[in-house]
Amino acid sequence: MEIPLRVVLAEDLFLLRDGLVRMLEAYEFEIAAAVDNGPELTRALEELQPDVAVVDVRLPPSFSDEGLQCALEARRKRPGLPVLVLSQHVEQLYARELLADGNGGVGYLLKDRVFDADQFIDGVRRVASGGTAMDPQVIQQLVSRRAQDRPMANLTSREKEVMELMAQGRSNAAIAQQLFITERAIAKHTSNIFNKLRLPPSDDDNRRVLAVLAYLDRG
Amino acid sequence: MSSMVGTSRSWRPPVGESLLASARGVALALLSIVISLLLFLLVLVSLTLMIVGLGILTTPLVLGMVRAHANQRRVLAVEWAGVPIPSPYRPEPEERRGGFVGVVERNSYLLKDPATWRDIVWLLVDAIVGFTTALLSFAILAYGIEGVCMMFGLWEYMGDRYWYGFIHIDGYDSAVKATVLGAVLVIFSLYTNRLPFMMHFMIARVLIGPSRGAQLAQRVEQLYETRHDAVDSSAAELRRIERDLHDGAQARLVAMGMSLGTVEALMERDPAKAKEILMQARSSSAEALTELRDLVRGIHPPVLAERGLGDATKALALRMQIPVTVDVELPGRFDEPVEAAAYFAVSEVLTNAAKHSGAEQVWLDIHYSAAAGGMLRMAVTDNGRGGADLNRGTGMKGIQRRLGALDGVLAVSSPAGGPTLVTMEIPCRLTQRAPQRG
Repeated sequence: MEIPLRVVLAEDLFLLRDGLVRMLEAYEFEIAAAVDNGPELTRALEELQPDVAVVDVRLPPSFSDEGLQCALEARRKRPGLPVLVLSQHVEQLYARELLADGNGGVGYLLKDRVFDADQFIDGVRRVASGGTAMDPQVIQQLVSRRAQDRPMANLTSREKEVMELMAQGRSNAAIAQQLFITERAIAKHTSNIFNKLRLPPSDDDNRRVLAVLAYLDRG
Repeated sequence: MSSMVGTSRSWRPPVGESLLASARGVALALLSIVISLLLFLLVLVSLTLMIVGLGILTTPLVLGMVRAHANQRRVLAVEWAGVPIPSPYRPEPEERRGGFVGVVERNSYLLKDPATWRDIVWLLVDAIVGFTTALLSFAILAYGIEGVCMMFGLWEYMGDRYWYGFIHIDGYDSAVKATVLGAVLVIFSLYTNRLPFMMHFMIARVLIGPSRGAQLAQRVEQLYETRHDAVDSSAAELRRIERDLHDGAQARLVAMGMSLGTVEALMERDPAKAKEILMQARSSSAEALTELRDLVRGIHPPVLAERGLGDATKALALRMQIPVTVDVELPGRFDEPVEAAAYFAVSEVLTNAAKHSGAEQVWLDIHYSAAAGGMLRMAVTDNGRGGADLNRGTGMKGIQRRLGALDGVLAVSSPAGGPTLVTMEIPCRLTQRAPQRG
């Protein structure tokens, strides 16, 4: 049996924290620590060296974006530390800040996404392995705005669909499953997208996603 | 127009300004001695005619002219001397009845306004002191020029008994003296003739500017209105929130509770059906959350609470459908009402620009200057077709009300064909230094 992933969890609402702990444990994660404020989160991230952190944006004592700041700070100290940020609202502004260091291993999801346990856990695992998990809402905002840009306007509607899912951090297999088409077709779509967006092709799954996000992040 | 201080620094006389002041002094003197005096007499006559009743008809007319005359002087004060004289009049009653009743009502409104009586006093003072001061700025210069001309032949046309100042003109020698004195006067007046000119407007300000009481009355009136608006709009806002909660999240929670009850009953009998209903309950809860999120954004945007105005407007700009170039430089945070009003104002203006202007690009500038008690300035510019009107659409009115409650102002410049520039200002202070990050 593989070694369970160690999680540091920061969420100030008891019910939600408790629920997340139970859910993560049910999916065989190991809860290294479950904290309810910023300073403790910082300490836990430093001392426990978790495989992934699941962090609420808004935490006491300041009830501002303390969770996000702690996460960014921890990633500055330990680049690539996988962090999945949860929030009641998603903002492109925050997504950019999380993505800015280009190290991957970041997630940014609405709290609603925990309703679908499978997908949520999939997101946590993806982040833990250095990938990304972006909330569809962030991506939608970006894509709808980007739709007026020249390169994006050239994409077919199918390619846009693929791109949205890709930008969320999904693998080709997952995209194929969701869109009910073959993986090979997806591969063709993605290479088309890269050509149209003038992105150099790359085999690396993670770098591919980051390239797309970097493009979306521009402007 | 540059001030006295600015020009008296150099030793060269401010010839241009001085001559301008003289010319304007003449015009003012004429206004004072002719129009002011005439109007004063008319007022006296009209008030006297009140005794026989005829005055009731003439007084509003005459006082209307007095106000126009005083207003003209207020305008000149700013344009010619840089002396702002705010209008002190009480707001006119909104509904005006026609016919004789209307005239009587207008009469009583005018006569009850203390500013009217101060205007009348001013007419007399203006005709005497105002006239003198205005003329003085011209007269010394003119008299000086006359003296200078003495030596160059003017003395010959003077009779034996002509005195120029303290000099008796009785020959060429005395004409030379007069010229010297004239030259001194010319130079003196070039340096100083803006003084009486300014004094003219200072006197006017004392009499036709708002008195302390009138200033307070105006302020009270303004506060009354903005408070009224603030209470009104916050009540409307609460009503909207109540309705949204009632029809949205609340209803959905009720439905969810019902679904769960049904699931409980069906669980054993029809697990497939129970599962289906559970799915519905879950999507219902997701929708409730979405609605609540939108509601929260409308009440107080989370980014605003977390990051303050700068980042909140940046996040807002990112959500806009058209590209918005944001230039924000704020040294810290402001009081919550200020931040919220500023945010929603910017939000409304940006939305308008995106919806109606047909613009391809919008620029948002937000800056704070600490001078004069602190002022937050926001400007939204777009390259759209222009023609935006402050009086059309309720959104802009709403912003005005919201800013008004904080003594803020909104100005729109939108010529047909564009560009549209909306500027907003809120006087405010910083409450918190920008957090140090990194």
